[in-house]
Amino acid sequence: MEMTQTKKEQYEALLLEEETVRSPLSEFWRKFKKQKLAFVSFIIILFIFVLAFIGPYITPYDITEPDYENVLSGPSAKHWAGTDAYGRDIFSRIIAGTQISLFVGLTSVFLGAVGGTVLGLAAGYYGGWVDRIIMRICDVLLAFPGILLAIGIIAILGPGLGNVIIAVAIFSIPVFARIVRSSTLEVKSTLYVEATRSIGARPSRIIWKHIFPGTLSSIIVYFTMRIGSAILTAASLSFIGLGAQPPSPEWGAMLSGGRDYLSMAPHVTLFPGLAIFITVLVFNLLGDGLRDALDPKIKE
Amino acid sequence: MLKFFIKRILEVIPTLLIVTVFIFLFVHMIPGDAARLVAGEDATLEDIKLVEKELGLDRPLHEQYISYMGGLLKGDLGTSLKTRRPVSEEIGARFMPTFWLTVWSMVWAVMIGLIIGVVSATKRNKWPDYVGMFAAVSGLSLPSFWLGLVLIQIFAVQLGWFPSGGMESWKSYILPSITLGTGVAAVVARFTRSSLMDVLKNDYIRTGRAKGVNEQNIVWHHALRNALVPVVTMTGLQFGFLLGGSVVIETVFSWPGLGKLLIDSVAFRDYPVIQAEMLIFALEFIIINLVVDLLYGILNPQIRYD
Repeated sequence: MEMTQTKKEQYEALLLEEETVRSPLSEFWRKFKKQKLAFVSFIIILFIFVLAFIGPYITPYDITEPDYENVLSGPSAKHWAGTDAYGRDIFSRIIAGTQISLFVGLTSVFLGAVGGTVLGLAAGYYGGWVDRIIMRICDVLLAFPGILLAIGIIAILGPGLGNVIIAVAIFSIPVFARIVRSSTLEVKSTLYVEATRSIGARPSRIIWKHIFPGTLSSIIVYFTMRIGSAILTAASLSFIGLGAQPPSPEWGAMLSGGRDYLSMAPHVTLFPGLAIFITVLVFNLLGDGLRDALDPKIKE
Repeated sequence: MLKFFIKRILEVIPTLLIVTVFIFLFVHMIPGDAARLVAGEDATLEDIKLVEKELGLDRPLHEQYISYMGGLLKGDLGTSLKTRRPVSEEIGARFMPTFWLTVWSMVWAVMIGLIIGVVSATKRNKWPDYVGMFAAVSGLSLPSFWLGLVLIQIFAVQLGWFPSGGMESWKSYILPSITLGTGVAAVVARFTRSSLMDVLKNDYIRTGRAKGVNEQNIVWHHALRNALVPVVTMTGLQFGFLLGGSVVIETVFSWPGLGKLLIDSVAFRDYPVIQAEMLIFALEFIIINLVVDLLYGILNPQIRYD
């Protein structure tokens, strides 16, 4: 019963597809809208972006001013997420911290994506020793597991948020380089690239005008998927004291500050953690949705 | 088969060598004067010279590398600037706690991940699938250190079932390994689902269904066996993720392992220990990758003849 039902649906979908020819963008939009979770996530992300821009101006309380009469008080109508060890309003600090996490996540992944894309395009297009050297460097970078490379880089550069961005960017480079390289190899072997090459186009033109756009969809998907993990990594580094330093309202640093009061005031760690979780979750859901809508290799 | 094994093992050697150069150069990449940083702000010139000598920075670069490699081969990783003890001793005592923590995390993460993945793939687009996949993406998005703190708050502080930190009995392993394994369980679940769904599309599965093999038999005997091949590779690679994650988790649970030592060393600028730790972690990861690669060769004969 069920089989025939889905078969029929598939057939109808096929008919529909043949009847209407859509531009790639509207085709993408049509598929993307079907991903309800991703669509909702996209709207939440827009909201987070707005918060990042206006956050510091709309906080109900001053985020740096201590209030020693209200130390570690639990969530209430006055302080929605309670107050921390200095009596500062946690809800206000989370709002003010949005821009830090978002900025760190976006810039580090962007820098990593740019570096990785250039290397991946070069490795994939030129092949030979260029490919070997670039891929060997990537192997070495990938030999350091997880956030360890980032910790190593911070051990060299010293703690601080700026160095966290550099560290996370460097550890994103090899991942992007590999993905871009493999899709470059794929695009390179297509007929239209062959044709461009045979009419004598310069390599730089072939790469940027013809190959790069072909790799763009996987870059976009990966970019989105990577933002979540970059935010997580940055928050982890701040938590262990290598990233943002107090009194910064960075979420990881706030959590780290609340550790000492875990038994008497769990709300100090609860809410910043929730903020990280939700932000990372919506980026991951959006990434999943984009992958399903953009990547033709993954069929429904 | 033997040829494939030897080839893969030989391929690792250049990576290993470059990794050692990289780690050796580590101290030299520090902007400014490493010795001055180690000696502290109010150090005298003699102090700095002494530290320079201790770190071996007073000799030409190639000589330093040769003596570094010579030391490595003898198992000599230098002396900790903080405790003045040999780094190999410092690290030796910390290795097993981290090793067992990652192993236990892996064991339960794979079990839970496989179950969720198989259920999601077989109940595709029904509620168990939605619940399973939402749990998986949530698991990927959880900040592990926060999950650790929440678990401590519930199971150690309020219920008192497990200790909140340290490493005393088997009970001490429960909370840290759950915290560390959650991300991996999520990855395994997602990967198993997509791999199994791919396999279930094959012709031989349809043949099996057509001749009336029951669905359970199809999934567990015919499909899962092939679906697991890429899952094994993927799971092996997650070991790296666990090693990195252990650094953060050990701080949360005061676990006496390599990760906590690393964080303490970074704070103290104990460069010999940092270098040795980076080397151990990289070595462990490279070896695991190699084993996974060889295992993949055994499971999937096609790979061997490439």
